[in-house]
Amino acid sequence: MARSKRELQEINAGSMADIAFLLLVFFLVTTTMDSSWGLSRKLPPPILENQPPPPPIKDRNVFTVLANANDQLLVEGELMEISELRAAAKEFIANPQKKEDLPQFKEVDVELLGPTMVSKQVISLQNDNGTSYNLYIQVQNELEAAYNELRDELAMEKFGVKYSVLEDIAQHSDLPSESEPAKAKVKAIRKVYPQRISEAEPKETGQ
Amino acid sequence: MSKFKKDGNKNTPAVSTASLPDIVFMLLFFFMVTTVMREVDLKIKLNQPEATEIEKLEDRSLVDYIYIGEPQNTSLYGTLPKIQLDDDFASVEDIQDYVFQKRSDRPEAVHGAIIISLKVDEETKMGIVTDVKQELRKAQSLKISYSTREKVDKNSF
Repeated sequence: MARSKRELQEINAGSMADIAFLLLVFFLVTTTMDSSWGLSRKLPPPILENQPPPPPIKDRNVFTVLANANDQLLVEGELMEISELRAAAKEFIANPQKKEDLPQFKEVDVELLGPTMVSKQVISLQNDNGTSYNLYIQVQNELEAAYNELRDELAMEKFGVKYSVLEDIAQHSDLPSESEPAKAKVKAIRKVYPQRISEAEPKETGQ
Repeated sequence: MSKFKKDGNKNTPAVSTASLPDIVFMLLFFFMVTTVMREVDLKIKLNQPEATEIEKLEDRSLVDYIYIGEPQNTSLYGTLPKIQLDDDFASVEDIQDYVFQKRSDRPEAVHGAIIISLKVDEETKMGIVTDVKQELRKAQSLKISYSTREKVDKNSF
């Protein structure tokens, strides 16, 4: 059985492009490029019926932000533009001059940093049913920015790195030798500037 | 000059299309890798607000979405903002059921890590958003994320 040395015929690849195009169009149509970015928050647990009321907080330790139905802001009793909120919140949280009407301090032993004066700040946010979602997000964003800037400054001063960089390393580094110290640093910074934003139950006014 | 004279009856060679599949495959792989199947058909107008201090939701399999906004078909549904869960409009009372149902689809170990992403139109009033948040609290689903677009920070340049 002598097999003839016929050359193997090549498979016609002309339709390959068509098949690929078909798949390509399918993925083009079903794809959405939006990635899930957002402001992460934690809601307080629901209030139980016979829960004791929380201990009162001194007035000087609370930074009240009110947003009304006309999208105006009342911060600590004064009308304020959204662009000024960040600076005001920063001054309140850090209280650099140790003013009498800004939050008190408590000495806390923070790991890595030693005994540190931590302010007893709380930010109270109250919005109206008629407040627009956009303003609400802007307020949340500015308050978060205030915390992040202060944390950045502290991290820069103590560790020579920005807080946001530390956070990134702590979350994404695969090497435990890198992520573990970063986590400890993030924890320490968070202890000095804990994010305390409390949202009051909304008032039904100005409908 | 005859040196440059063209040969009259010589056809121009066809452009080779042999590399076309390769190009298309390259595009195809790009889209296959980046693609995320669309979660739902949006029935509301969704124009999300902008923010700078945002974080990425890392694990999509642990994220559920609640959409709030003005219906697209205003002649049928009116202009008041509505809540959309999965593919249908829903009322505030349905949210707890939705959360419980989504929770039961997942293993119990990850129940605490589920994040509810609120995709809310920026024109919406806070009233309905607050109602939704109260329902989420009652359902013990406390991790939320306000979905936003990324704003380019002018100060960073």
